[in-house]
Amino acid sequence: MISRISSFWASDIGWSFRGSPVAILSAIMVVVLLMAALFAPWITPQNPFDPSELNLANGFSPPLQENPFTNDFFVFGADNQGRDVFSTILYGLRISLMVGVLAVAFGLVLGVSLGLIAGYVGGRVDSIIMRTADIQLTFPAILIAMLIFGIAKGVAPIEYRDQVAIWVLIVAIGLSDWVPFARVVRGAAMVQKNKDFVLAAKLAGQGPMTIMFRHILPNAMSPILVIATISLALAIIAEATLSFLGVGAPPTKPSLGTLIRVGQEFALSGEWWILFFPALTLLMLALSVNSLGDWLRDALNPSLKS
Amino acid sequence: MIVFFIRRLGQSLLVLLIVGLVAFSMFRFVGDPINNMLGQERTQADVDRMRVELGLDRAILTQYGIFLKKAVQGDFGVSYRQGRPVIEVLAERAPATLELALVSGALALFFGIVFGMYTAIKRDSFIAKSIMTASLIGVSLPTFLIGIALINIFAVKLELLPSFGRGETVKIGGWTTGFLTRSGLIALILPSITLGLYQMTLIMRLVRAEMLEVLRQDYIRFAWARGLKERSINFNHALRNTLVPVITVTGLQLGSIIAFAIITETVFQWPGMGLLFVNAIQFVDIPVMAAYLMLISLVFVTINLLVDMLYFAVDPRLRVSGGKG
Amino acid sequence: MKKPLLVTAAAVALMTSSAGAETLRWGLAGDALTLDPHAQNEGVTIMLQSQMMEPLVSRAPNGELEPTLATEWAIKKADPTVWVFKLREGVKFHDGAAFDSEDVVFSLNRARSQASQMKGLIASIAEVKATGPHEVEIKTKGPNPILPAAMTSIFMLDKTWVEANKATVPQNVAAGEVTFASTNVNGTGPYKLVSREQDNRTVMRRNDDYWGMKTFPVKVTEVVFTPIQNAATRVSALLSGELDFIQDVPVQDIQRVKSNAGLKIETQTENRSVFFGLNVSDKLHGGNINGKNPLADVRVRQAMSMAINRDAIQRVVMRGQSVPAGVIMPTFVRGWSKELNTYPPTDVAKIKAMLADAGYKDGFSIQLDCPNDRYINDEAICQAAVSMLSQVGIKVNLNATSKALFFPQIGKLETDFFMLGWGVPSYDSEYIFNFLYHTKSDAYGSWNSTRYSNPELDSQIKAIAAEVNLEARDAMVKNMWETVKKDAVYIPIHHQMLNWAMKSKYTVTVDPDNQARIKYFSIN
Repeated sequence: MISRISSFWASDIGWSFRGSPVAILSAIMVVVLLMAALFAPWITPQNPFDPSELNLANGFSPPLQENPFTNDFFVFGADNQGRDVFSTILYGLRISLMVGVLAVAFGLVLGVSLGLIAGYVGGRVDSIIMRTADIQLTFPAILIAMLIFGIAKGVAPIEYRDQVAIWVLIVAIGLSDWVPFARVVRGAAMVQKNKDFVLAAKLAGQGPMTIMFRHILPNAMSPILVIATISLALAIIAEATLSFLGVGAPPTKPSLGTLIRVGQEFALSGEWWILFFPALTLLMLALSVNSLGDWLRDALNPSLKS
Repeated sequence: MIVFFIRRLGQSLLVLLIVGLVAFSMFRFVGDPINNMLGQERTQADVDRMRVELGLDRAILTQYGIFLKKAVQGDFGVSYRQGRPVIEVLAERAPATLELALVSGALALFFGIVFGMYTAIKRDSFIAKSIMTASLIGVSLPTFLIGIALINIFAVKLELLPSFGRGETVKIGGWTTGFLTRSGLIALILPSITLGLYQMTLIMRLVRAEMLEVLRQDYIRFAWARGLKERSINFNHALRNTLVPVITVTGLQLGSIIAFAIITETVFQWPGMGLLFVNAIQFVDIPVMAAYLMLISLVFVTINLLVDMLYFAVDPRLRVSGGKG
Repeated sequence: MKKPLLVTAAAVALMTSSAGAETLRWGLAGDALTLDPHAQNEGVTIMLQSQMMEPLVSRAPNGELEPTLATEWAIKKADPTVWVFKLREGVKFHDGAAFDSEDVVFSLNRARSQASQMKGLIASIAEVKATGPHEVEIKTKGPNPILPAAMTSIFMLDKTWVEANKATVPQNVAAGEVTFASTNVNGTGPYKLVSREQDNRTVMRRNDDYWGMKTFPVKVTEVVFTPIQNAATRVSALLSGELDFIQDVPVQDIQRVKSNAGLKIETQTENRSVFFGLNVSDKLHGGNINGKNPLADVRVRQAMSMAINRDAIQRVVMRGQSVPAGVIMPTFVRGWSKELNTYPPTDVAKIKAMLADAGYKDGFSIQLDCPNDRYINDEAICQAAVSMLSQVGIKVNLNATSKALFFPQIGKLETDFFMLGWGVPSYDSEYIFNFLYHTKSDAYGSWNSTRYSNPELDSQIKAIAAEVNLEARDAMVKNMWETVKKDAVYIPIHHQMLNWAMKSKYTVTVDPDNQARIKYFSIN
């Protein structure tokens, strides 16, 4: 493990990393948030997902002030249900990160595979895939989420419905995410497949899988990374938006997005902490993911190395 | 080219049919319209009778068949919520959404390309870095929150811009426009920024990435070596070669702007199709949902067709294989 | 034959330029569904129509019945099944036509017809007869002491106008019909329709020939009615001065509005109670627990009711904007009393003992179905209940969905524990018993998703509907409420409160049914 890190440190990428304070800062931020989410049960004063730990009398307690009814004290204040905002953010972060990462992974794998096939094979296969993309784009994520949610509700037993909601979000956001990947990869594949090095590889007897993944895909890395970068932040944000439209994470197990949706109801009323801290956390997360992606793109792009 | 066009047209028609089918099979997961259509005093018998009247007791394929048969004759039914023909309702709402999409699309494209080029050419300047950071903050928050924040700042605090609606509109033929009145133009500002921000950032980052790549290419270096003017190099050579991916993404985004105006329209009470669709979902207004989805898919199919056509025009390398499909 | 109803430049110019104009810009969450007065029985629809059209008898903001197009009404001495209405003379429709008994007969028959959504309100009517140019007799199927109260949202149309425009049948949306009356108005009311773009803007101008110009303030000369769904946007538009009056103010924003010098809030208890319903049958929809439905045991239901800390919900979730309830009857309803509204204090030790007594020492698991876009803070109330019940060992899984999914679910009895709100347009207990307590059947108990069935109560419900002696009737009703309260079929939470926010210059009494009528607005 340590030798791995030191070899990364010594490599070209490592060198570029050391030279970029933004990248270092973003990486630290992402690691801190990741750790905080991972170890949430051990560092939070309250388990906000356990309703028996909540006391409604703590509702709307301001930050750093003792609640006059219960004498409880909250660093970031308490929300409308008497949940500790700090604890809820960390627990919500877990859900948001899981939804974001898995949704993008799902969209990326699906989009890249379909895009490669469409661009490389072409003809009827291309038409079918790209028309499917058209259909896909037609359906706003909210409707997909509702559809999958409806089916899942019918199938899943009551006890598991809370978990089901999370998977619904992952699939719905992932599904509405694959098309840009596919379009860009397909574009690249169409341009690259007639280039000499691809034809040479074909003549050398390499299979289509090898050609697609080894020769064509690397040429589309730059736009894929741009899209994936924005997609990850966007997926986390999309979860918040779905929550705003009424199909987000369950209110008893809120994600960062659900917290923001609840918090915005108190934007005019003076309870700023219910919105501010979750929104700040989301902003920090999305910003550092985006910045890290920016740096990564520059560092990985072979044509940018002098 | 013509063969290609006809074939694509056929495929597009198939897409529309499939969209309709998928739409119809998902409506029952959205809810049941009957409770919204009957008053509190309804009896169970009323509910049952209305289910039959609406044809909701029939199989989904039958419902879809009936819808298609009427749709071919230009009859998309009557909105459950508004009690008016769906075509009329959509035609009334379309101008609001199209004008908003047009303005925010144009803003996104213009500022996306300008900022993208600038941040690529002046990569390390303070302004370029500020633009990159500001744009990142803009896309790191949910659209609805940005909309609410803009309303809070510009409508409630500063009382400069309206918080909702289109302002005064002028009717020209069947089209209501907000472009011709002062209040109509002012009303466009906040919603179009909210809607266009994400698209702008996407275009900007893409232009920047492609520009950076192209600027390192050999032919650009040759151009420098030949002593061409910087402006000429940046625009004629570099920008031109970044256009393929930009066109792809922009084309897709144009459709997305229309489809995803839903959230912006909800926040700003913008009387367009997105708001209509949100209301339709809440009410389970099946005829409106069906027609809206068909319309949006028509827009997407058309845009995709145009994007593919543009590929031919911009990138000559594609013409070789283009004839086949 | 359709008039384009869009705001044109000309209309806008008129709106802004007329001298001495008193324009009221009015915002609320939803828009009317149609202008056909008999096509939809829905609050906002009736409210918008009521600015332009009128019933025979209305309910004034203070809850009293108020003569409107009828000046007097009484049960005929010779026949207790006949009501006689004396009509107001000299009333004119917006197009100048005179209002008479022909129009009343026509309108009531239209409202009773098959396609009408108002027919449920006046189902007891057997026949309507004109007995003079300004007198009608309404015969009911049996004695009906509360008929006038049931007619407050049945608006009168001009027979000639309706027939000329081929709109004699109420619009039947289910059959895909469109009628002239759904987008055009010719009423007797204080405001005339100028333009209407659904979901966007409806403009009305004062009818200066209105019969009640001297009876009511009618100060506002022009009304611009704007639906704004998003609560934050709606409140923002009021704060920024773009609106003059909004309904549906979120409870958390009341202080913010009050702190603005030019604005004020008017508050009133709403004619709506919010409560939980319980499946009391032998079988749980979600599957029995150890072969039994714990909710079938009255001790469990009473324990659950006790576990709901209504005062905490009122203070935190509702910010004081509710009246904690011990009965599912709004405070204005005939039959309500302080005594019935008492509720038990939350005592965890006692609740646990009651549950242990019933055989659920370790509690049980159950799903709570809840709408998230119907009642004030509905989802937050349910969440609070989940937490309160978990503290006594009852593990609740919250299923909060849109009303479009929620109502069909409870209608099909696919629930064991659900939230519901109930308003009582007739201001009479019978309405509640009929829909919520009567055994579910084709004509009765259509909202009773509890499976509660009490044959004795069922026959009492039918008896009070026909009882003309008010004293005897009140005694029966009191008795019935005590029975159902003891059975704890529903867990009352609170009676909702209404908050209207407006520019300080307006003086208005909030209507308990959330029906703002602009003619009552006076201006200082």
